[in-house]
Order: sequence, then C-alpha cells, then structure tokens
Amino acid sequence: MATPRVLVLRAPGTNCDVETAFAFQLAGARAELVHINRLLENPSLLLRYQILCIPGGFSYGDDVAAGKILAVQIQHHLAEGVNRFKLAGKLILGICNGFQVLLKSGVLLEPDPRAGLPATLTWNDSGRFEDRWVYLGVQSSRCVFLQQIQRMYLPVAHAEGKFVARDEATLGRLQAAGQLVLRYQTRDGQDAPHQVPYPDNPNGSMANVAGVCDPTGRVLGLMPHPERHIHPTHHPRWSRGEASSEGDGMQLFRNAVAYFR
Amino acid sequence: MLWEVDIYPKPGQPDLTAAAVARDAADLGLAEDLAVAAARGYLIQGDLRRADLQRLAEELLADPVVERTVVAPVGDPLLCQSPADGRQPVHVLPKPGVMDPVAQTALSAIADFGLPVQAVRTLKKYWIPSLAEATLRLLISKILANDAVEQAIIGPLDFQHLEVGSAYRFQLVTVPMRRMDDEALERLSREGQLYLSLVEMQTIRAYYRQLGRDPTDAELETLAQTWSEHCSHKTLAGRIEYRDERGQRRFENMLRETIFAATNRIRRQLGEEDWCVSVFQDNAGVVRFDDRHNVVFKVETHNHPSALEPYGGANTGIGGVIRDPLGTGLGARPICNTDVFCFAPPDTPAERIPAGVLHPRRVMTGVVAGVRDYGNRMGIPTVSGAVYFDPRYVANPLVYCGNVGLIPREKSHKEVRPGDLIVAVGGRTGRDGIHGATFSSAELTSQSETVSGGAVQIGNAITEKMLVDVLMVARDRGLYHAITDCGAGGFSSAVGEMGSHIGAEVWLEKVPLKYEGLSYTEIWISEAQERMVLAVPPEHWDQLHALCRSENVEATVIGRFEPTGRLRLLYDGHQVADLDMHFLHEGRPPVVRQAVYEPRPSEPLQLTADAERDYTPEVLEILGSLNVASKHWIIRQYDHEVQGGSVIKPLVGAANDGPSDAAVLRPVLDSHRGIVVACGMNPCYGDLDTYWMAASAIDEAVRNCVAVGADPRRIALLDNFCWGNTDRPETLGSLVRAALACHDMAVALGTPFISGKDSLNNEFRPQGADEPICIPPSLLISALGQVADARRCVTMDLKRPGNAVYLVGTTRNELGGSHWARVQGLRGGQAPQVDARQARQTFLALHQAIDAGRVRACHDLSEGGLAVAAAEMAFAGAFGLRLSLAAVARQTEPGVDHPAVLLFSESNTRFLCEVEPQHAEAFEQTMDGVPCARLGEVTDDGRLEIISPGGTAVVQESIDVLKQAWLKPLDW
Repeated sequence: MATPRVLVLRAPGTNCDVETAFAFQLAGARAELVHINRLLENPSLLLRYQILCIPGGFSYGDDVAAGKILAVQIQHHLAEGVNRFKLAGKLILGICNGFQVLLKSGVLLEPDPRAGLPATLTWNDSGRFEDRWVYLGVQSSRCVFLQQIQRMYLPVAHAEGKFVARDEATLGRLQAAGQLVLRYQTRDGQDAPHQVPYPDNPNGSMANVAGVCDPTGRVLGLMPHPERHIHPTHHPRWSRGEASSEGDGMQLFRNAVAYFR
Repeated sequence: MLWEVDIYPKPGQPDLTAAAVARDAADLGLAEDLAVAAARGYLIQGDLRRADLQRLAEELLADPVVERTVVAPVGDPLLCQSPADGRQPVHVLPKPGVMDPVAQTALSAIADFGLPVQAVRTLKKYWIPSLAEATLRLLISKILANDAVEQAIIGPLDFQHLEVGSAYRFQLVTVPMRRMDDEALERLSREGQLYLSLVEMQTIRAYYRQLGRDPTDAELETLAQTWSEHCSHKTLAGRIEYRDERGQRRFENMLRETIFAATNRIRRQLGEEDWCVSVFQDNAGVVRFDDRHNVVFKVETHNHPSALEPYGGANTGIGGVIRDPLGTGLGARPICNTDVFCFAPPDTPAERIPAGVLHPRRVMTGVVAGVRDYGNRMGIPTVSGAVYFDPRYVANPLVYCGNVGLIPREKSHKEVRPGDLIVAVGGRTGRDGIHGATFSSAELTSQSETVSGGAVQIGNAITEKMLVDVLMVARDRGLYHAITDCGAGGFSSAVGEMGSHIGAEVWLEKVPLKYEGLSYTEIWISEAQERMVLAVPPEHWDQLHALCRSENVEATVIGRFEPTGRLRLLYDGHQVADLDMHFLHEGRPPVVRQAVYEPRPSEPLQLTADAERDYTPEVLEILGSLNVASKHWIIRQYDHEVQGGSVIKPLVGAANDGPSDAAVLRPVLDSHRGIVVACGMNPCYGDLDTYWMAASAIDEAVRNCVAVGADPRRIALLDNFCWGNTDRPETLGSLVRAALACHDMAVALGTPFISGKDSLNNEFRPQGADEPICIPPSLLISALGQVADARRCVTMDLKRPGNAVYLVGTTRNELGGSHWARVQGLRGGQAPQVDARQARQTFLALHQAIDAGRVRACHDLSEGGLAVAAAEMAFAGAFGLRLSLAAVARQTEPGVDHPAVLLFSESNTRFLCEVEPQHAEAFEQTMDGVPCARLGEVTDDGRLEIISPGGTAVVQESIDVLKQAWLKPLDW
C-alpha cells in the first residue's frame, strides 16, 4: 500500500487536530480532519482509513470528566465500527485527550463485564493543569508505534492524566502482558520499579505509566504530545544545542506510516 | 422528580477539593487542619427512575475506578449522611441564570441515553466540621462560594424543581424623559445604570423634545451603551485642555493627535515599505506577516468584572479578546494569548482588606484559573505575560488579556452591504452581563457586588471554539461580507456599529434565548458571551446555515441591513426603537476636559557613603520580591505549546525554568518565520513621572523582543491605559503626559501603535472613607515582533563556561522607582529616561549581531538592573558568572560610580550578552558606535561574583541560593 490515510477525529473542543495531522503528513501519510458528526451520520466512513487518531484537546470541554462525553458517544454509536477497524489490523492512536477517550470508551482496554474498566485517567496529584516536559522510557517492543524507540522527551499538558488501575492485580496483569509501554523517567533514566517523584512523574501515575497499548500493540494511548516535538526548535533547550535534527516524537508517526508500507 | 447524584472519591483516593479548601482556610487564618470532605454532584430533573439514575451515575457522571456515588431524590436523608461524625453539609450551586456549561453538556449527554430529562444543574457539596457560626459564614463567603454567581445552602437542599424561566409578555416601555428636570435625569442615569453625564442626559432630552415623543427604554439603553466610556472612549478620544511645565495644549481628539499621529507619521516615512495594514479602525490592529498572511493583535482589560468574580471575569476577559481578532477583517484565527495582571500582595492581612472586596490571593487564584480554563480549552497557547503587585490594586485588580490572530492577506478587510442579513452565531442570549458596558465605566463601590451582579458572567470556551472552527471555513468560502464580535453592549453595539453607515432593522423575537422571560431590551443589550454578528448576503444564507448546523453551531437571521440611516428594532412586529444612526453615533455632546500635569519637585535619592560593601542580601531580596520572583506557578498552568509552533517558551534554560524575555512561535507550521510577543510595564515609575514611565514601558517591550532576536524594524505596539478617575484634572494630566511619551517614543523607534484600549475610573471608595483608593497609573505596552528565521533566536540562559559577557547600553544614576529603592525603603530620585536615538541604534546593532549568530545568550536589564539580570542568566544556564563593574559604560554624572547604581540602576536600553571568544571581535565590530563593554565571563564554579570598580566583591553567591530565592515566593 502506498500512502496510508489517517482520520484525525475532531469533536467540539478538540484542539490539537491541525498539528497532529501535520505530523502525520510529514511522516508521509495523508491526514484528514473529520468531525465526529460526519462519523455519527456515516460510520462506514471509517472504512476509507488505515489509521484513526483522536488528538488532544478538551472534547466537549472535558465537562463531566476528561474525554468522557466523547467516550460515551463512541460506546453508544461507533463501538461496532471501531471494533471492526481494530480487527482489520488497522492502527488507532489517542494522544492526551484522545488517550482519555480511548481508555474511558473501552477501546484501548476491554472492560470486565462485572468489574468495569480496568483503569482510568484522573486528576493530577497537583490538582491542576500543568504544561511541562517529561522523559519517557519505552518498556516494551509490543507496540507498533514505538518500534526502535528507546526513549522520548516530550511535553505533557493536562489536568487529568494520572493513570490509575482498578487494583494491583490488574496493574500486574497489564504489566505482564507488556501493555504498559511508556513510563515517566527521571532525566538520568531511572524509573520502575520505583515511583518516580514529581515533577518527573508529572501527575502521580501508578507505576509511572504515561502510555498504554492494547494486547495487539496496534492501539496506543499516551498522555504526552509527540506532535509537539517533531521539529528541532520544539525542544525546550534547542538554543543550548540539545536538540537533534528532528524531534523525538517524529519516529512515532513514521512507525505508524511504515506499518502500511 | 428532582434527583441528586453526589460523587465522592473512593476510599484511598485523594480528596483534592477538600485539601484545597483546608489549605485556603489555613492561609486565611480561619481554621487549622480543617477536616473537610467534598463531593461534586448533579441535580437532575425529569421523569426518571432510580435505576436510570444508577446507570447514569455509573456510566456517565462518575468514574467508578476512583469514585463512588450516592443517588437519591432531593430531600432523601441518604444524601445527608455525613461521611464522618459531626459534620454538616454546605451545598454550593450556580445562581439561576448563571452559565453552567457542565450542566449543559450533561443534559445533552443524558438525552443521548434516551432518558427524559428536563434540566440539570451542577453542585458542590462540602462536609464541614462544627465551627462557630461566624467562622462558617466566613469560610463560605471567602472560600466556598462567591455570592456574585453562586448560592450556598447550609444543611439539606429544600427545593423541588429547577428554575427554568417563565414566559415574557410583551409590553412597550417608554421613559417620560421630556418632563424630567435635571435632578430626575441624574437619578434616572444612576438608578437605571446608564452612567451618562447630566449634559449627555440633557442632550437626549432635548433631542426627544424636538421629536415630540419620549424615548423607549430600548432607545435610551442603546444610547447609553453607545455613548459609554467603554464603547466610545469619549474621554481620551475627546477634547482636552492640557497644561504642564512646558505650557498649554488643546486637543480636539487626544488619542488621534498623539498615538495615532505617531503611527501615521511612521507609515508616511515607510512609504512603499509600510507594513501596517489596518490600524485603529477595526476591532484589532493588523500588520503584514508573510506573503500570504497578516497578523492581528489586540489587548483588552476586564478589570471590574474580575474584581467581583475573578474566575468569571478573567474567563470572559480572555474569551472576549479572542473575539476581537476573530471580529477583525473577515476573521483571524487565534494563535496565541497574552495576560498581564496587577494585584495587591497576596499576603496582605485579611483585616487590611476593605469591606466588599475579595482577598487578593483569592482574586489571583481565580483570575489565573479563569484565563487557564478558557485559553487551554480554546487550544490557544498563552505564551507571554507579567504580574505586578502594589497595595493600591487591592480593590481594582487589573486583568489585561491579549490575543494574536493570523489572517490571510485578502481577508483583512470587511464591508457591510445594504440587503445583507444580520446573522447571530454562537452562544444563546441570556440575562447574563446586562449593563457590562456602562458598569465598566463606573467607579466601584462596596455596594457594586449587589448593584451590578448581573454584569458578571461565566464563559463557555467550547462554544467559542466551535464558533471559531466554523467561522474559519465560512470565511474561506466567502459566505459573509462582514463580521464583528458581540462584546460590551451586546447586539446594541455590534449591530449599531456594523450598520452605522447604512441602517438596520432587527427582529428581536428571533434571537435564540437560553431561557424564557427576557424582555426585548434585555435581549438587545445582553452581553452573553460567545456570540458574533455576521453580515450575510441572502444568497449565501442557506450554505452558511448548513455549515453551522453540521457542527452544532447555532446561526439565526435576526434582521437586515437596510439603507435607511436608521436603527429600527421590532419585537413580534411591534416597533420598540427607531433611532437616527447619525444621532446615535455623532450626537454625543462634546465635553472639554481639563488636564494638568505638575512635575513633582525632584528630591535626590540618598546613597549611603559605605559604598564598598556586600550587596548580596539586596540581590536576594529583589529576586524574592513579588514582581521579580518566578511566575512558574502561573505559567505552567497554561498550555503554552498547543498548535505546535512553540520556539521560545516562557520558561527557558538548563532546567526549563529561567525567565524568558519574550515568546517566539511559528504560526505557519511549514515556515520558519516567527512572531515574537512581549510586554513592558512599570507602575513604580509612574509615581515619579508618567512621561518616563511610558517611555520606559515602550523601551522594555521593544528590548524584550530584540533580546530574543526580533527585527526592531518590524515591531508593532499596543497601548492599554488603566487609570483612576480622569474627571480629576491631575489624573487626566498624568495620562495625557504618558500619551505624549507614547507618541515621541513610537516615532523615534519606528515602532507604530496599531491598536489600544483604556479603562478609566479604577478607583474604589471604601465604606465611610472620604478618599478613594486609586490605582497607580498603569500603562501596559504590548509588543508584537517578527523574526525572519526563528532558528536564529537566542535565549537568556548562559550557555558555556569561558564565553565572554558584555553589557550593552549606558548606565545612568537612575534608581528612582527602582526595585532596589523599594527593598531599601528609599524614596525620591529620577525615573529612568530613554535616549530614543541611541535606543534605536542599539536595537539595530544588537539585532544584526544576533542575526549573524554572534550572540549565545541575551537578557534585557529591567527590574533590579544589572545584578538581577546577571543572576537570572547564571541560574537559568546553571553556570557561574564573574563580572567586573569597572568597564561599565556610564553617563558622566554625579553618583554614577557608586556600586549600588552600577548594580541596581534601572536605566533603559541595556542588555547582557554572552559571546563565544572566537566571535568576540566580530561582535564588538557589529556593536561599534553603541555603548558596549566586556565585563567578564561565564564560569563553571556555579557562583555569581561581581567586583566593584574599587575592587570589592559586591555580590558573591551560589547560583542555587539565588535561584531558590527567586523560585520560592510564588511556588504555590
């Protein structure tokens, strides 16, 4: 296949759609912004695309809880289409608000019929929105998006990004399955098994989890913003000569495109 | 039935809301270790069963992983079971009619579950341990609820249904003005919240006597809105007799003859090279950016609403200013926000706060949260700002919000045509914000909260984001001829302004309402947020309507621009207003105001004789003073990187926490061309001389831009005057003097003003006091610079040991109004002046050096002078710095050799530059003709060391200690 098509989903309050589409384009994909209403009118629209991306922002204002309303819409009206998309071997990426949506809709981690969702993203321990840069260690080779990446330096910008699993057993199970793919680290690369202290772990996430993939490795959700580090001058210390020729986030988009080449 | 869903953190999960309340209670000295518990909740009205509610609670409203819920009909004792012994519940709800965006969203989400729901309201519930009655009241009024927008109910809720408004029955109201005497006119103006002067009221009376009828209430309100200070700037754009030490001058239009005149002169000088596109005519200023785009910039204030309800005031302040570039030309896409605040010190003891005034700490946290929640939700990076503290801002905090937009060059102008439909798009109209325009022009009193509560609003950022999304598409498809924002005065201003040269007819019953019961006048003057007005040719209406509907944005035809020269308002076919556009816009009586400026007798600032000593304690004290201290607690709450164009962030350096001089971003993602945003302000100098205060603010704004690499030939300025009551000739005089400086500096630097705004009457009369508390003269200068290639920009943090450090610019004995004088408790002295010719030359030379890659770091000298700038560069870069003051280029004048002057003088147009040894010669050549001296070098010992000309180590400290002093005060 030549050029994979990316559906970058917009909902009221989505606001990282343009730069996320730009990153996909730069990586060689053809990215299109599609409003949720178009998808609700015509769920089969999804069939035209190879990658579904739910970008960052404040879908429906994050009213009720971050990403919740869009998650419920997907559950109620698009579950079947999204599931078929997954089964067809296609890729799904959720960044920040998109991660919240994928997790809360059950697209990323399947809910237990009795116990409900295995995990959630809730309020930062600081109780407020914070924009800061974090180091991320890649913990598993399972995820399509993270191939050949060992470490990334990316910004987070969220209020509700604290990863909390239902219980320790669930956390252990996800870890054993290699699904806890991205962890916050200290600058010198320390992380698990210790709890990385604030602000390196910016929100108090359990097990320093910053990103999670599904059992197939084709669905990824992460709180940090790879699309905000695709250019050398995005690096907060580029003027100190610390940036490389392309931002750390770029490889993630390249991997997604390469998967279809 | 009315149901309640309470949502608590699960056992083992943190109760963040409760922790914040306990912290605030301790800070205010109300209670230590207050064992409070908190829940958030929903009141849901509809024909619903318990099982429905259980399902909603589990699947929609709560997060079962971390939260538990209590569900019951309102009044059920289950809801009042305390989570611990001896606590009583306090419920806090938005007052009826106050915007509740979460409830709106929940309502439509519940409907999506197929459940019959009528109304939803959010609530907060606090379980408070037993407290003295008075303490509980204080806790509620100071922390839990703001009476302007919220109601607090102690104990169980006792109502059975949610208010949804009652029907309105039309009745035409006329005001029997023709037979009123002057006293009655004044009473009508005051009690009707028109805030018109007697002469203005008399003019209106005479006009209607001539017409042989009385005005309708809608006509009178329209006149009051249009003639308000807020909408017409009648003071500064009016006639002024000005007198100062140099003589008399009469202005026909003060702004036009000072600030606009400077811009016109610069544009004439530029000739073919003129890069201004639209200045002082549209809702924001427009200048050239690249081959395809122009940039648009506007800064507004939202001071009075923020004083009453900091969150909502700041929220709607930023929401409002975004609509200015959006309402400029055919609409600019917002690309970044700025915010500047002035507060009283947050540690002011509670007993020093006048009655009817909110504590500055609460004002500050509320304002920051308001800007944060709106800007972040809109997806607009907030990249630049400043905060100033002075006790005189206690009752009149200042909230300046700015927005930069990007617009295609061919979309930069608009023109309404006769026959165009008047289309309202965006949010619905409610009773919120009635009388905001007239209220913002009045002096606040301790009763303001009760009199003007309706002027306070809460915004809904997502409504505005949706609006921007569809408008950008509609603009590019060419679906409308003109656009403007519904700001102060609501439709009355927006339609009145758009139709001023044509005429308009409006059908008020068509306006979509949030709830029933609004009268035609309320609809006409409501300042409900998130609304824009378009002029749409009839042939494009269907397409526009379909586009809006496709993204759930409401668009409604509410009238037509008719070539009548009249403004006609109808409600269900009844004429409720018929005004002559000419009288509306030109009929205001000219007033000649008196303005006087008397220079203060200058008393010298006394320097002590023991010059050769250690000044380190003062450096630490200035770094830890509120104006200078790190604002990271605020900055990090803003998303400053969304839209993906961030180049220089507000925090820079080895640990991403040094204070950047300006922000740089690339608004066009496939281009390297950057915009640079910075500001300048220093109210401390205004107490000495407002001319030099204004000149200093301009120099600061420009040098901040130049310090990161902006081209000084492409910097546009904005002015925002916030002053006291300008009815006093000396208060107006100090403002005119500042405006004269704006003119002189802009011309000398070649930096045109492109837009501006003023907010007068920032005074407060405490109950029983004779003298009002008046803010210091507060002129904010915002600067919008450009850089051809953002990759050539530099940051202020030191980069490498062994590099040379130069001081650019002349140091003078200018400690008047300085931070050093402030921490030393010294008075007198001169405010820093500006040698504008030398400034221009310095900016050009330094830009050349930066553009040629000769400069590794550059930082401007401002509050705290050389010592503070050096400390900031060192700790931001995590390197030491050794400087000798002997070589400092200085003015030959008495006292200038004193180490305190060399260290702390706040002389303008100065920079510290770090230069690699191999570039030193080239740098010095580029700076030829500009005062510039090599003072020392970057070291690897982590210490700041400054040696006086006499050889004494006058500053010696580890950069960690310096940094901690700077980080700590506002590390909340």
